Amino acid sequence: MAAVVQEAPEAIAPPRRGPAAFRGGTVWRWAVLLVTAVYFLLPLWAALRFAGISAFGSVVGESGFSSSLGLSVRLAVITTVITIALMLPTAVYVHLRLPGLRRLLEGITILPIVIPPVVLIVGVLAIAPGFLKGTSWLLAMVYVILAMPFSYRAIDAGLRALDLKTIVEASSSLGAGWVSTLGRVILPNLRTALLSATVLSVAMVLGEYTMASLDLFQTFPVWIYVNSQTSGQVSVAASLLATWFFLMIITVLGTRQSRKTGGGEVTLFTVARTETRGDL
Amino acid sequence: MTTNTTPDAATTVSGAGRIRPGGGTSVLLHQLTRSFGVTRALDGLSIEMAPGELVALLGPSGCGKTTALRIVAGFETADTGSVLIDGRDISSVPAARRDMGMVFQSYSLFPNMSALDNVAFGLRMRKIGTDERRKRAAGLLDMVGLAPQAAQYPHQLSGGQQQRVALARALAIQPRVLLLDEPLSALDAKVRLQLREQIRLLQQQLGTTTLFVTHDQEEALSMADRVGVMSQGRLEQIAAPDELYTNPATAFVAEFVGVMNRIPGELRGGGMVTALGRAVPVRGRAPDETAVDVLVRPEGLTMEITEHGNGIVTTRTFLGSVTRVGVQLDGDVAVQVDRPSAESAALAPGASVSVSLPAQPVLVAPRRTG
Repeated sequence: MAAVVQEAPEAIAPPRRGPAAFRGGTVWRWAVLLVTAVYFLLPLWAALRFAGISAFGSVVGESGFSSSLGLSVRLAVITTVITIALMLPTAVYVHLRLPGLRRLLEGITILPIVIPPVVLIVGVLAIAPGFLKGTSWLLAMVYVILAMPFSYRAIDAGLRALDLKTIVEASSSLGAGWVSTLGRVILPNLRTALLSATVLSVAMVLGEYTMASLDLFQTFPVWIYVNSQTSGQVSVAASLLATWFFLMIITVLGTRQSRKTGGGEVTLFTVARTETRGDL
Repeated sequence: MTTNTTPDAATTVSGAGRIRPGGGTSVLLHQLTRSFGVTRALDGLSIEMAPGELVALLGPSGCGKTTALRIVAGFETADTGSVLIDGRDISSVPAARRDMGMVFQSYSLFPNMSALDNVAFGLRMRKIGTDERRKRAAGLLDMVGLAPQAAQYPHQLSGGQQQRVALARALAIQPRVLLLDEPLSALDAKVRLQLREQIRLLQQQLGTTTLFVTHDQEEALSMADRVGVMSQGRLEQIAAPDELYTNPATAFVAEFVGVMNRIPGELRGGGMVTALGRAVPVRGRAPDETAVDVLVRPEGLTMEITEHGNGIVTTRTFLGSVTRVGVQLDGDVAVQVDRPSAESAALAPGASVSVSLPAQPVLVAPRRTG
């Protein structure tokens, strides 16, 4: 963090640039920020206006709200756990032992984006073993596949930033076995990457509609859609509540994260702080 | 933890650091071979290291020196041959149980741990209690002069500081052998020089047998007890630095270590070679052909200013006590000659000089064409 902060002013305002150019750059930056903010916040504000404040009060009492939200949260947890349990060892192994296969794996993980969800779920329902059919476990496993492109990329980026080979060798030369190396060295350094993978997986599960509705599950997004037929304002209020709730969780996790590592990792938040100091 | 709690490095070593002084392990690399596909990285490499010795493996990139080090560390396996530590073959022992301290070229500190925790990591793996390992780690950090930085994370340390922590971390486990894989290559010149001296001092104090891999001849010659020059997976010569410089065994060693002039000559019978109009004895094995190059160092040539000499001065470079003079000899041969700076005032570019060989035996190599 310290190094990033020290370098930032130079990177933003090289000495050969005049004060006018510097001011111009600042204005331009704020303009981009403003346009982006409007682009993202305007729909939220419109939704808020549409729902009205009173709708928020009746969200929790609405029939199906808690059961659908509960199901979605459960699916999110199962999906995330399976995703990380599968993806982390795979990515670490490929980085260390089979670096030549990295591109192939990247290609494979992108398949769920290329294949339309309808095709995927019809195929899965046709070949799934009987004991899994109709259970939320099957849906969670499908979600694991859907989350793969995002989770793999997050973990892969984390590993690339780490010089994994040297660190694993250093750990092993100091007497650490595989379990210690993974638990004490690799995992702690991948916290940010794993957090990103988790957030992306959770966000995917909480927003997925097609698979759940075709598999006849009333997850939170399905409930929002079904409920919107009868009470549109409550549905919108519910989705807004969910959005803000999860944003809050991500923010809290992110802040604790950077405090724990002494601000050493470049997270969204540290980058933002650096930029601000560059202005001064 | 401050530096003045244990002011004397030696005290730290035997006190908080608890590293046995003068201890050492003998290492034998026996007939190691290793191929990667069609590339032969090691081709029958054998080195014997005495307890407490620092041996540097020197050579151009791709000569197999790093492969040799990694085989000793347990990160690579040899196709044939063995590594013996104190007479015991460790080829089947995994890296984690070899007790080898290793310092890597790239900063290999664990980013999630403070300097102190990095140093204590190996002790933690050896199930040493928290208080004891913190005390020992602090002692080692003090030894490398980084006690005030104990709580800092790797990203808060400079490159040189990180490598010192890495050194302390490698020494913390009281390694039987210390392995240094180009530990100074990523550092700037001034830090490199300081750390070079520090590593050598610590190594001598602790008596840890050390294998040091580098492509920098100055580093190897200044730090090592013996330097092994490698080329194409083979050991060309292993000798003390001064021996290597003054008596190189092969033309490769002669040219890789220090500056070497090549002067065309003709082999004569009776182990003599003629060059620059003078016949001198040949040292070592002579090639089969008669057209050869004589290898002489810049300080080995004699030169005087004469009216119609065999060369013209082209350049003059002041190097402190000596001045290196570039001379274009008859027959389009360029050589470099060292002269005491005090006597070089008249050797301006354009001056006519006479360059000759001394009477000592010289190394010869097959003539290089083109």
